[in-house]
Amino acid sequence: MSKGISRRGAMRAGAGVLATGALGAPMVHAQGSGGNLRFAFWDHWVPGSNDAIRQLGARWAERNRVNLTLDFINTTGNQLQLTAAAQAQSRSGHDGISLVPWDVGAYADQLEPVDDVIGRLVAKYGAINPVAEFLCRRNNAWRAIPATSGTQNKPALCRFDLLQRHAGIDVRAMWPARNEKGPGADTWNWDTFLMAAERCHAAGVPFGLPMGQFTDAVDWVGGLFASYGARITDERGNPTIRNNPQLRQVMEYAVRLARFLPNDVWAWDDASNNRALISGRSALVFNPPSAWTVAKRDAPQVAENCWTIPMPAGPQGRFLAYLPFNTGIWAFGRNKTAAKSFLEFLSERESAEFTTNFSGGYDIPPFASMSDFAVWTREGPPVGTIFNYPLKAHHDARPSIAFAPAPAELASQMYIQALNTKVIARVAQGGESIDAALGWLEREVNNMRRGG
Amino acid sequence: MAEGTSLALPRNDVPEGASLKRFARRRSTIAFLMTVPLMAVIGGLVIWPAAYAIWLSTLNRRMTQFIGLGNFEILLDSETFRMVIFQSIFFAVTAVILKALIGFWLAHMLHHLPTKGQRKWRGMLLVPWVIPPALSTLGWWWMFEPSYSSINWILAIFAVPAVPWLGDPWWARISVIIVNVWYGAPFFMIMYLAALKSVPEQLYEAAAIDGATSWQRLRYVTLPMMRNIISITVLFSLIVTFANYDIVRVLTNGGPRDLTHVFASYAFQVGVLAGNIPRGAAVSLFMFPLLAVIAFFVLRGVNRRSREEM
Repeated sequence: MSKGISRRGAMRAGAGVLATGALGAPMVHAQGSGGNLRFAFWDHWVPGSNDAIRQLGARWAERNRVNLTLDFINTTGNQLQLTAAAQAQSRSGHDGISLVPWDVGAYADQLEPVDDVIGRLVAKYGAINPVAEFLCRRNNAWRAIPATSGTQNKPALCRFDLLQRHAGIDVRAMWPARNEKGPGADTWNWDTFLMAAERCHAAGVPFGLPMGQFTDAVDWVGGLFASYGARITDERGNPTIRNNPQLRQVMEYAVRLARFLPNDVWAWDDASNNRALISGRSALVFNPPSAWTVAKRDAPQVAENCWTIPMPAGPQGRFLAYLPFNTGIWAFGRNKTAAKSFLEFLSERESAEFTTNFSGGYDIPPFASMSDFAVWTREGPPVGTIFNYPLKAHHDARPSIAFAPAPAELASQMYIQALNTKVIARVAQGGESIDAALGWLEREVNNMRRGG
Repeated sequence: MAEGTSLALPRNDVPEGASLKRFARRRSTIAFLMTVPLMAVIGGLVIWPAAYAIWLSTLNRRMTQFIGLGNFEILLDSETFRMVIFQSIFFAVTAVILKALIGFWLAHMLHHLPTKGQRKWRGMLLVPWVIPPALSTLGWWWMFEPSYSSINWILAIFAVPAVPWLGDPWWARISVIIVNVWYGAPFFMIMYLAALKSVPEQLYEAAAIDGATSWQRLRYVTLPMMRNIISITVLFSLIVTFANYDIVRVLTNGGPRDLTHVFASYAFQVGVLAGNIPRGAAVSLFMFPLLAVIAFFVLRGVNRRSREEM
């Protein structure tokens, strides 16, 4: 027994080890039995938020034995949009990709219908956000699944101390961190807003409302237009500009409001309003909690005086600017069944809450039934500051996206070219009459419609 | 060896089937084969993309139908695009003139410095041209930044009111031009410096003997001797400046009110961001015929002068 191992025995044993290793190798990639899947998601700008998708992806891939590869592509320099455009042109690339709002319509013909997934999700969680439906439902089918990660609302992010001091408005009392309105909430309309803007401007802390060509500007102005019922086109894309009293009314209002904004808002980008708030120079911006999150780190004395409240109401009601990401599955993708299963998993309540938690409450799920995540109640300081960030029933508000209900191919052009802020700028900055500016708007829209 | 002479053996000494070898050894064949990689590169990276862009510009938005010059017609009907034409021309012409003047002045200054100091200054003055423009523009953007401009901060020290660099249409236009001139003037400087160094010193000596003033030396000696390099540099810069994208994109994104858009930034906005690729292609091709005509005449003039000088 104590003969030891012979040379031959050692060789045999070695061969056995090698054979076992070789046979066992595929097992290392055993998840692969469900095929390969490659997704491109938006590279979240809240640090660590991508980890939520990574962890959820790993969990799902293990369960379904799929080789899942995740890429995170940012929107700086429009890389994500360019990737989608290139993949649509070449009909190759990822199996699925995050799409900015209007791209679902732009690539509808190349996206796999996902009605089956949406049907199951709606049955489970109730109605889906109408703006998400407007953007994702094209050619009688759902072409993408509204995402949680990256989707944002743009309510009013206020400095409650400054509004109280200079405008006499107690926004925390109006919109407490409870599922109910407080005293004075019904007076939170655009007239009150204008009065507060004037007083804060006089006090040297003007509202930081961008009026340039970036999404923050287009979105809040879109919410303003919606609350006045001011539509630029109808559902078919026909301009509804001429003899439109709502449009004229909102133009007059916006021009009045512009007098109380910093004189360079026409050049502000999506970060300018954040900086205005964080630096303590502004009493109110329309933004997701990202500005407050940065303030917590860089200017805690500002952060602890912030409070998020719904947008003001107009003659046609209260609207909330909503900017969703949607995830589409390319029709030319090779593993569509697995792709659908993965997106369905990401849309489930547990996954959505997991994602939102990682983003510190930034991400908004597409279902109203998911507006009660604990993260929005517990985040602070001050605790409850983002309680009213998701749209809640007591807000009496509807989500909005600028240029709805125009068809996607027209709306995307109007949105990207920021026609709503430019028409205001032509009057407020360029000195044109409202009639001249609206005439320009109509000609631009008509030009965009040509060459379909 | 005479032109076109074959390296092959006389026909009667050549075994059967060697004609292919003979063909392959002909000078013209070898020359052609050696140019194939270059032709492949030009074909793949220049001709094919250009032809594809032209083809795209003739399609409808959904790229399903040929509409000829329809996109160009639609663009010309748009006030915004007519403004983009004006802005592009204003931007390119103003920037090129300023770059040429500043580059010429800097080249003269450098040329008259002692060799030792010249190298140091030349290196320093080339720095803007060496930094990737997207990065340097970001630096400028921080200086012009709407709310916290460092330039305004300095102006405030001297009680000068803040300038809305990027918020006011004309200041925004000027800001874009300033950055382009800052970035491009060193290129002119180095080209002009090289040209200045090639002007024979005897010509200046002869002019000095004739009693020429410094202006006359510049007018009748320097400028004629630099004419070709000035033409080529201006042409090259004009084309590059017309195609400029990053400065406008980073600094103003075309705003306020599209008043700083140039062809490239507007093409990107219309074509890629707004999803109308054919119209974006039409925007980007708009200046092609005009620039091609300018290039033709400039290069013809350069060739003619070169032949005269030979």
